[in-house]
Amino acid sequence: MPSLDATLLLIAAWLAIGLAGMLAPRSLRLASRVLFPGGAVAGLALAAVALQAIFGSPASRVLPLGLPDLPFHARIDALSAFFLLLLGAVAAGISTFACGYLRAGEGQPPGLQCLCYHAFLASMAAVLVADDAYFFMVAWETMALSSFFLVTSDHRHAEIRRAGYLYLLIAHLGAISILLCFGALQAGTGDYTFDAMRRIEQPAGWATVAFLLALAGFGAKAGVVPLHVWLPEAHPAAPSPVSALMSAVMLKTAVYGMLRVTLDLIGLPLWWWGVIALAAGLVSALFGIVFAAVQTDMKRLLAYSSIENIGLIMSGFGLTLLFRGFSMGTLAALALTATLYHCLNHAFFKSLLFLSAGSVLHATRERSLDRLGGLIQRMPWVAWCALVGTVAIAGLPPLNGFVSEWLLLQAFLFTPGLPHAYMNMLVPIAAAAIALAAALSGYVMVKFYGVIFLGQPREARLSETHDAGPWERTGLLWLAAGCVALGLAPVTVISLLDPITRSATGYGIGSHAGSWLFLAPIEPQRASYSPLLFFVVATLLVVVTWLSVRVFYHGRVRRSGPWDCGFPHLDARMQDTAEGFGQPVRHIFEPFFRVTLETPSPLDSRPRYRDLVEDRLWYWLYLPVARAVERVTVLVTVLQRGRISVYLMYSFATLLLLLLFVR
Amino acid sequence: MSAAGIAAQFAELALAVLLAPLLTGWVNQCRAWLQNKSAPGILQPYRVLAKLFQKEVILAHNASPLFRSAPYLIFGSLALSAAIVPTLGTDLPLNEAADAIALVGLLALARLFIALAAMDVGTAFGTLGARREMMVGFLAEPALLMVFFTASLISHSTSLSTIVAAIAHRELVIYPSMAFAGVAFVMVSLAENARIPIDNPATHLELTMIHEAMVLEYSGRHLALIEWAASLKLFVHMCIGLALFFPFGIAGGGDWLGLVLALPALAAKLAVGGAALALIEMLSAKMRIFRAPEFLGTAFLLAVLAMLVHVMLEG
Repeated sequence: MPSLDATLLLIAAWLAIGLAGMLAPRSLRLASRVLFPGGAVAGLALAAVALQAIFGSPASRVLPLGLPDLPFHARIDALSAFFLLLLGAVAAGISTFACGYLRAGEGQPPGLQCLCYHAFLASMAAVLVADDAYFFMVAWETMALSSFFLVTSDHRHAEIRRAGYLYLLIAHLGAISILLCFGALQAGTGDYTFDAMRRIEQPAGWATVAFLLALAGFGAKAGVVPLHVWLPEAHPAAPSPVSALMSAVMLKTAVYGMLRVTLDLIGLPLWWWGVIALAAGLVSALFGIVFAAVQTDMKRLLAYSSIENIGLIMSGFGLTLLFRGFSMGTLAALALTATLYHCLNHAFFKSLLFLSAGSVLHATRERSLDRLGGLIQRMPWVAWCALVGTVAIAGLPPLNGFVSEWLLLQAFLFTPGLPHAYMNMLVPIAAAAIALAAALSGYVMVKFYGVIFLGQPREARLSETHDAGPWERTGLLWLAAGCVALGLAPVTVISLLDPITRSATGYGIGSHAGSWLFLAPIEPQRASYSPLLFFVVATLLVVVTWLSVRVFYHGRVRRSGPWDCGFPHLDARMQDTAEGFGQPVRHIFEPFFRVTLETPSPLDSRPRYRDLVEDRLWYWLYLPVARAVERVTVLVTVLQRGRISVYLMYSFATLLLLLLFVR
Repeated sequence: MSAAGIAAQFAELALAVLLAPLLTGWVNQCRAWLQNKSAPGILQPYRVLAKLFQKEVILAHNASPLFRSAPYLIFGSLALSAAIVPTLGTDLPLNEAADAIALVGLLALARLFIALAAMDVGTAFGTLGARREMMVGFLAEPALLMVFFTASLISHSTSLSTIVAAIAHRELVIYPSMAFAGVAFVMVSLAENARIPIDNPATHLELTMIHEAMVLEYSGRHLALIEWAASLKLFVHMCIGLALFFPFGIAGGGDWLGLVLALPALAAKLAVGGAALALIEMLSAKMRIFRAPEFLGTAFLLAVLAMLVHVMLEG
């Protein structure tokens, strides 16, 4: 079967699985033992289909769906196949985890959650295969709405409703922007198929308008600063598999949209677009990671870290545009490879960490880092899987996070060759910002892992927690294995990315990315990296060290109380809290934060210490806009008369006006 | 990859692992001389290691497997980093497997594990040390990376062998960028190796310590491995400095005679470097921990400046 048909069939299968959940909405058994496993299998199948489609030639077809005269067009090429692969492979792990994660009595009934969840999956896949603006927008909005219902699945809490509202609002601002972008792209022809848009030669002005609208629209979905505020609210509110799916895949559909519009639909490469994307990416990366360092809620911390990773992806994208604008094809291919590789990596390690956080949340009913600790003893499976995610996201060799950061830094190291003196000077600063963000992510992840899994339990009841069940373990292990495989076999992965870079930039680095063992993106003397050899030698050294210590000395161990400089009354309150751990970052990057500090006076009988770290942008940008909107609303209420005849007159007047314009 | 290369690779690894405590002993010796104290003898670190290996390990009740495996992981990664840096010859098989960025990543990996291990038992000092170490790390790591970037912009490569070969076998040209990078590198190395002015390797005063606070719970063979790894780290940093800024005497590919001659050259350079380190430590005072970010921020800015200088003046 052609891969496009198989993909469409699998999208339909996801929808059918979702609808089947409504047969018995209250049955947990049906959802968690039949439907979600089925969804996971469909995800695996989708990944397999997409893997073949990457190397196939683009295929398209018109679907018998949509409005009369305005049918849906679907198309699969290397770019959409790559993102379908990402979606399928990650969704398989997350769905497997969700089988064990669903509980009775949490939020919506399981059948309803199953419907929203699978509709969400299907709509994301539909976004990736859509080949006209109409289908794209329908799928995009279905994605936004289904995820909105998933986010607000526990809608009894006011803060969750608030988070959902904020999410919906920004999702729609983004959607309007994307709609306008398609409007600019069709250039007055009235033909909204992507095929027509590709053929149009845009003047530079309109192309720039379309690019900026796409950047704003897709940036809002991806969480690029300053349109990021919904992300740290919505991710913690959603159930963990949904947060994993949103962070790992939904943000990537926004990246896909950005790549589709700029690299495929707009034919015109202007180099300074890259500078805008690069600047937005760098700001997001630094902003996200600095905020992640001061969070005390584990899911908020991960959400801010997603902003950082999207920032890295955006920087790679900006660099791609920059090189493409100066027609430096090989380097554009290198930067694009780093961008796509990081998308794949982030999907794996971030979903792994969100799911680990979900397991911890279920076992302890606690999201605040300040009440966790020592869970490696009680939850070893989750703890060791989370360690893989931690090392991967911190960008350390030999796992996957390092490979994409390595490629990105390599791309940055080539920028002094740009034929533009001013850019040459600015780009080293950009490389420094990337390095700083990467180093800070190590700090954040030590905090995340150390406070949750290491040390002593900060609450007595934590010593009664249980490890994750077999379904959850399988999901976690699948994603952890993905992190390891993507880290150790970069040359294979890059050969998958080759067809995409070839169609977007005319060059591919896969063919000369080195032998199977060595990754050498440009040429071996310039830079090479072999994670497999690296891993083998490191393991060998560790094993030799261990063996020689055993052989030459002894393995005696005596258990006793902790030493702690001889201090006898050690208790769990003496460890650093999450807040204490974030203090140096708060101190160093003070201008980033708006801090409200309440300290007790020396005479307080019940001293309380409270501090609140907030986002300045909220006060500088969002509240003024919200107030302005409110003022405008007051003016508009003049129209609101509450009488049906007046409203009918409005409709009549609108129709008249429209007739005047359209004819 | 030649026979000489493989020989150089093994010789380097063995040399680093075996001689690293000697370098620590030499630095301590010089410092004792400068402070007009009687020195403990240059072989003292070996005696300490031998003593620690003999002793039994006392583990806290709640120490996890991560705590027990961390010393081996840290030692292994630092030994690997010692194998990557060209000290005797530039023709190293492992250099194709890991370049300068991977070396920085490897050092960060060791840091991540030592910080996690410090948090494992859950003592006040352990977490405090971990937090401070990671703070030093997130400022020092990008600075170190920028130093490497400056060198790789000059040599058009991130492979350490190529960088060293390019810098060693060029005509004598003075690169102003390398001067900036050199100062930044010295500052970063002082911080990374827990030396004065950021940390004091000789102190056990609780409020000021970083490295020592992290390893308080370790004993016996675990502590021995961590101490050995710390001297390896100093050795590696010293060798990076020598390779980037004074790469003279490092043998090229397939040059057996050069390899043999590189050994005394390396010993001499290390002796001078160790003495210089002792002198720096003697002449500066320990900073308050709150001022460490300023110190490291300066190092970071100097390193970025080095890159800018290269792009503007030498590009």
